[in-house]
Amino acid sequence: MSGPSDYQPSNPALQWIERRLPIFGLIHSSFVAYPTPRNLNYWWTFGAILSFMLGIQILTGVILAMHYTPHADLAFKSVELIVRDVNYGWLLRNMHAVGASMFFVAVYVHMFRGIYYGSFKEPREVLWILGVIIYLLMMATGFMGYVLPWGQMSFWGATVITNLFSAIPYAGESIVTLLWGGYSVGNPTLNRFFSLHYLLPFLIAGVVVLHVWALHVAGQNNPDGVEPKTEKDTVPFTPHATIKDMFGVSCFMLLYAWFIFYMPNYLGDADNYIPANPGVTPPHIVPEWYYLPFYAILRSIPNKLAGVIAMFSAILILCFLPWLDSAKTRSSKYRPLAKQFFWIFVAVCILLGYLGAQPPEGIYVIAGRILTFCYFAYFLIVLPLLARIETPRPVPNSIADAVLAKTGSKSTPMVSTAIVLALAGALFAGSIDSAKAAEGSDKPPGNKWSFAGPVGTFDRGALQRGLKVYKEVCASCHGLSYIAFRNLAEAGGPGYSVAQATAFASDYKIKDGPNDAGDMFERPGRPADYFPSPFPNEQAARAANGGAAPPDLSLITKARSYGRGFPMFIIDFFSQYQEQGPDYVAAVLQGFEDKVPEGVTIPEGSYYNKYFPGHAIKMPKPLSDGQVTYDDGSPTTVAQYAKDVTTFLMWTAEPHMEARKRLGFQVFIFLIIFAGLMYFTKKKVWAESH
Amino acid sequence: MTTASSADHPTRRDFLFVATGAAAAVGGAAALWPFISQMNPDAATIAAGAPIEVDLSPVAEGQDIKVFWRGKPIYISHRTKKQIDEARAVNVASLPDPQADDARVKSGHEQWLVVIGICTHLGCIPIAHEGNYDGFFCPCHGSQYDSSGRIRQGPAPANLPVPPYQFVSDTKIQIG
Repeated sequence: MSGPSDYQPSNPALQWIERRLPIFGLIHSSFVAYPTPRNLNYWWTFGAILSFMLGIQILTGVILAMHYTPHADLAFKSVELIVRDVNYGWLLRNMHAVGASMFFVAVYVHMFRGIYYGSFKEPREVLWILGVIIYLLMMATGFMGYVLPWGQMSFWGATVITNLFSAIPYAGESIVTLLWGGYSVGNPTLNRFFSLHYLLPFLIAGVVVLHVWALHVAGQNNPDGVEPKTEKDTVPFTPHATIKDMFGVSCFMLLYAWFIFYMPNYLGDADNYIPANPGVTPPHIVPEWYYLPFYAILRSIPNKLAGVIAMFSAILILCFLPWLDSAKTRSSKYRPLAKQFFWIFVAVCILLGYLGAQPPEGIYVIAGRILTFCYFAYFLIVLPLLARIETPRPVPNSIADAVLAKTGSKSTPMVSTAIVLALAGALFAGSIDSAKAAEGSDKPPGNKWSFAGPVGTFDRGALQRGLKVYKEVCASCHGLSYIAFRNLAEAGGPGYSVAQATAFASDYKIKDGPNDAGDMFERPGRPADYFPSPFPNEQAARAANGGAAPPDLSLITKARSYGRGFPMFIIDFFSQYQEQGPDYVAAVLQGFEDKVPEGVTIPEGSYYNKYFPGHAIKMPKPLSDGQVTYDDGSPTTVAQYAKDVTTFLMWTAEPHMEARKRLGFQVFIFLIIFAGLMYFTKKKVWAESH
Repeated sequence: MTTASSADHPTRRDFLFVATGAAAAVGGAAALWPFISQMNPDAATIAAGAPIEVDLSPVAEGQDIKVFWRGKPIYISHRTKKQIDEARAVNVASLPDPQADDARVKSGHEQWLVVIGICTHLGCIPIAHEGNYDGFFCPCHGSQYDSSGRIRQGPAPANLPVPPYQFVSDTKIQIG
């Protein structure tokens, strides 16, 4: 985009268009002939990775919107139906939900890269500020997207974040009412969030165009921070940068696919598998991991308005970075002090993120305040001061010189920093559930589940026995409302035939109607019917169960979790351990004890359970030895019942788990081969440039 | 593309580029499939399209009812003797979409006409007992169907389709 291009397509038809709309010349000068510094390292591929993620998010988002229902009564269910019934719905949903996290991973790397190499400095101030605007839009989009599934965290996240605006003096309350479209977060809020969540990504795309435009006017910065002077300093964008970017994207896709296919809920919160309940706040409200540092800053300030101001300032201060850091040397590579403070700043951000996920009490509050001070001090004290007192090392005369000096002594700071960042990211992400460490309950013991691990499948026998246990025991109080009888015959399930599922369904009486006379009637179940719930409504369920409504069990194994603590959650990322839910459910079923330990008081009408948070559970001991007969000779013990019914409930929570892992394996094989091919292609293309 | 060096291994280099390009093309094409496949009816919609049973006993001669199967209106007409005779008297060869009446009803149950009530022109719903042929008349563009649901006049190209159905008993049919 630097001046009119002299590019002429050879095809006469294209020439005809080019004379009237010089679009091919624009593309050619921007993405083909565009000179890119030859010393760019892999941190520079994150721009392409971000473009890729934006494209994926818009594509999957548009598709999810085809199936999603933005209504408070239907949103949660419609998301479940996407995952269960839509062809590849589980894949598209995982891609979108995990994609949001990956987008933020990439944007944080991109931003830290910009800070480290001084990419915000003259003449790239506008480029940088446009980037901050994109980041703000991403945060707004991500927040509103998280509200859409209308789970507990969605609802309470929406409540807490919108209430930030109530801190504004005088107008605050009116602004919040305006945002809600009601007196509380409700259906109008969900509706407008859906509308805006659809709109904002296109605004992001628009600002990205400006961002790229500004980039192509100023030219790319580079690790040495010296402007290209001669032809020797640059290489054409295509094929050099395109191939390198594509290799970067294919490596990033490996990480992305790891989450999509093997750890789809690792970055999420179990509470969001509980439908929104305006009457109960989850014990620990935690935002998505990418907001945690700012959330920690918010909570560090003991004054409402000041906290909100501090939080927004923490982001907006980035806009002023080009003037706060006025050092002439761009790259921290040649600034020994700035380099050290940069890494301290990175550590501060990560630690703030960790604290954002911890309960706001004791040492965490004090640490939060110290780190909040450090965060602002970096911008307001350290950077302005360094610009004045630091003596930078001499920068090379040209990029070509820097490249020549580098060959021979190839250091690999990239690899080690990548490892550090990966660990830090995992720490960050995993800290979410450590914040939710079940209080006042024992940690559930781990079990050996047939469905664990990258190739785990459901034990069909256990699924069939678990169904029997559910039907004969659990079903008297607990619904299974997302499971249809037809699901029993689907691949990856208990392995019944269609005829068996039909026969199973016909044992149930299903309410239908109204008939021609306007009356409701009962008829035998059909495969398309869903498991009927034992109570007609929540009030009836409460009334019959001493005030506590028995939860629907369809999603229970995904809606329950327990804190794994540091460092287990980092190991879990690699070992793919994600059976907190099943372990917890199986433990609660076996955790009833008649003898209440000393110091624990159980209220009237409740029962002691070793693993239930707070120990007092309203459900009486549901299982006892020999209660359900098994035809296959499996032991009829509580332990076996608990294991079987938990396996069954894991299947009801994720009926396509086997398909997910199977496709994941194929995708990984492909991606590894593809990344390898890309690597060698990149090497060949760059061979004569180094 | 870079052209200068590696003249020593031109084939190996070309092979690498072709292999990478091919892998990208195959991967991209495979990745498209979920995005297209998701547009097809989902499992719940397919399950809801299972066969339905309709009790015919309340439908008097000369009367017709409309039921829905897979979101489509199905006309079930209890035809009169006159309607049956009319449908059978016509010269089949002269029809725009030649089909004999006995190919459109179940033998032994000639009085029952079961057709999908969607005009074969552009999808409007014809009105029963209207038009010149004692059958159906489509108000949108004036197509007329006879008492066997066959197109007789107007822009529609084909007869009203007969859905898959069977008699479970003399007074009950299963559609689908």
